[in-house]
Amino acid sequence: MADNDNTFDFELVSPEAKLMSEKAWQVTIPGEEGDFGVRAQHSALVSTIRPGVVEIISKQGDAPVRIFIAGGFADVTARNCTILAEEATMVSDFNADEIKSEIADLEKKLSDAKDNIEIARYTKQLSLSKAKLNAIAA
Amino acid sequence: MPSLKTYRDRIASVKSTKKITSAMKMVAASKLKKAQDQAESAQPYARAMGEMLSRVASRVTVTAASPKLLIGTGSDERHLLVVVTSDRGLCGGFNGNLVRLARLEIARLKAEGKKVQIVTIGRKARDLLKREHGDIIVQSYTGFGSGSRVNFAEANQVTQYVLEQFEAGKFDVCSLIYNSFVSVLTQRPTAQLIIPFELPKSGSNDNADKTKDKKEAATAQSPYSFEPSEEGILAQLLPRNLGVQLFRGLLDSAAGEQAARMTAMDNATRNAGDRINGLTLEYNRARQAAITKELIEIISGAEAL
Repeated sequence: MADNDNTFDFELVSPEAKLMSEKAWQVTIPGEEGDFGVRAQHSALVSTIRPGVVEIISKQGDAPVRIFIAGGFADVTARNCTILAEEATMVSDFNADEIKSEIADLEKKLSDAKDNIEIARYTKQLSLSKAKLNAIAA
Repeated sequence: MPSLKTYRDRIASVKSTKKITSAMKMVAASKLKKAQDQAESAQPYARAMGEMLSRVASRVTVTAASPKLLIGTGSDERHLLVVVTSDRGLCGGFNGNLVRLARLEIARLKAEGKKVQIVTIGRKARDLLKREHGDIIVQSYTGFGSGSRVNFAEANQVTQYVLEQFEAGKFDVCSLIYNSFVSVLTQRPTAQLIIPFELPKSGSNDNADKTKDKKEAATAQSPYSFEPSEEGILAQLLPRNLGVQLFRGLLDSAAGEQAARMTAMDNATRNAGDRINGLTLEYNRARQAAITKELIEIISGAEAL
């Protein structure tokens, strides 16, 4: 445990289960007001997360594990970092064509939408799907 | 006196019933295990959410401009009741007790002159409330947890509906009526206020566990920064929390249903066993009587010669 000093406990939980619980060296989180990186001894912070990709690097120099999160909350303290995700998927599991057809479908629904509630719902879903597409492209 | 064949048929019928009930008991037991596991795996999220809420809430001063989910609409005239039952029966008093509580609540609110609307989850709630209160059921959901797991997306449908209705100003107060899972033998029908949300106050809330209180005390000292503002986070956290509470209600109810079914089927199996013993005794007695009768006939026939 020589590298104990520069790692911290990272947890990713969804409403249904604890998805991840491990040591991390650096985690990049797409915060509501801009991306931020978290390392050990980060100042205490609570932030909302916009749909985007969380990058987890478990050891310095390792390739990041990329996970798409459909919004949620991050709770950061000096020794640990907890992400409450509404929906989490490995970016590598995404299928670009599927998402593109999803977007086309939603755009059609949006143009047919009748009331404000429907418009709001589809706009939200659309921005989510677009964020997924961006995640693959990045 | 019934013939011997009637007895035999009746015993066979009870035996096959017993087979079914004991199979159902086993199935319920294994599903109960799954449901309990699921309820357990939902715990970390709910706990983290609770911690975060209390952390944020301790920084926010409640004003008239606070989110409506927190302070309410300023009136309590119109109530929305979300009634959670199972889709299937054969689980003892599970649904009956819950619907009884729902009826009492509806009657109480109506007696106070409030307007009541109902959202039902599960076929039984809809069927049992339809006759009496069909006019105030605004939405029904069925088929939740059909894949043996309640998933969050299903719970989210309900959350979205409730939030949309709330934002459209259709009701002021929302309560969740569900069976809370106390133990395998006990499920307690519970009415829980979910809108407006009551902030957990350290020490005063009976649901607040000790660890949370401790953490709350610890975080009160450490300087936290919030991104965006505390109010901004709170405004997003509250709808989320509503979802979590609904989800937890559904999970509790799902576990409770299986537990209730297991208990009910256990009783049914035992009753069937008792009934088989009783019937077998009667059958033997009837058979013996027939034999005796035949003997008497033969003997008296021989004596007459």
